[in-house]
Amino acid sequence: MRPMSWIDLAFYVLAGIAVVSGWRVFRTDSMVRASFLLLLSFLAVGAVMLLLGAVYLGVALFFMMAVEMLVMALFMVMFMMNPAGLNPMNMVHQPRVAAAAGVIAFAALAGMALVADFPERRPAAGTDVVRALGTELLGDSMLVFESAGVALLATMIGVVVLSARTGRFGPSDEGSCPPGLDPGGLPAGAPSGGEDGSGHGHHHHH
Amino acid sequence: MSLTSLLILAAALVGIGLYGALSQQSFVMLMMGLELIINGAMLAAVAFWALSAGGAPEGQLLTIVVMAVMAVEMALGFALVVAVYRATQTDMTEGLRDLKH
Repeated sequence: MRPMSWIDLAFYVLAGIAVVSGWRVFRTDSMVRASFLLLLSFLAVGAVMLLLGAVYLGVALFFMMAVEMLVMALFMVMFMMNPAGLNPMNMVHQPRVAAAAGVIAFAALAGMALVADFPERRPAAGTDVVRALGTELLGDSMLVFESAGVALLATMIGVVVLSARTGRFGPSDEGSCPPGLDPGGLPAGAPSGGEDGSGHGHHHHH
Repeated sequence: MSLTSLLILAAALVGIGLYGALSQQSFVMLMMGLELIINGAMLAAVAFWALSAGGAPEGQLLTIVVMAVMAVEMALGFALVVAVYRATQTDMTEGLRDLKH
C-alpha cells in the first residue's frame, strides 16, 4: 500500500461523482440539466486523469467537454421539448433490455478487471509526460496523429454537407429531389406513387 | 487508487452509457450515452498508461485518438440530428422508419 492516502480519498470522491452524475443524466427531467450532469461526470474523470499524472490529457478533457456540453445544452434548448424540466420526463424504450445490457457489460468488464493479472509498471520518477507526449505526436506516431487530423477534416466536410440548408438538389427542408432522367420527367428516385417529388425528401430505393 | 478500482470505475461508466444509448428515445440523450461509453474507454486507457504500461507515450497517444473519435461522434451526431429534423421534423428515434421493412 502506498502512503499517499489523500490521492485515494480524492479518487473515491471523484469516482462517486462521475458515476452518480453519469447515472443522473438519464434520470433527470430536464435535458439541459442532463447535459450539465454529463459535464460534471466528465470533469470528475478529467480530475482522475490529473491524479494519474496525465496532465495534458486531463486538462484537454476539461476544455473539450466544457465546450461540447455547452453546445449540447444549446441543442437541447433548440430541438427538445421540456428543456426546463417542468414536467416529469421519461422517454425510454426497451428499458429492461437496456438495463440488462448495461449491467452485463459492467459485470463483464469489472469481472475482467478483478480477475485479470495486469503487470504493474509505473512511469519512472521524473518523467516529463507532456514532453513525452509531444515528441511521440510529432515523432514516431506522427502518421497516427495526422490521420486523426484528416479524419477530423473529413468530419467537418461531412457535417457541413449534412446540416446545410441547401440540399444537393434544392432546399433540404422543402424536399430536395434530383432532376428527371429525361427532360420534364419524374425526378430520379421519386416515390413510385407518381408525386412530383415535393414530399419530405424521402427517397425510397427499391 | 489501484488499477482495479480505476477499471471498475471505467466499467461503470461504460455500463451506464450502454444503458443510456440503448434506452433513450431522444437522439441527443442517446448521444450522451455514447459519450459516457467513450469516457469510460478513455479512463481505462489512461489508467493502463499510468499504472501498467510504465508511462509509454503511446498510451497517451491512444487517449488522444479516442478523444478525436469522441469529437467525430459528437459533430456527426449533431449534424445527423439537424438533417433528420429538416427531413422529418422529428427528434426521436421512433420517428425513423424509412429503413424498416
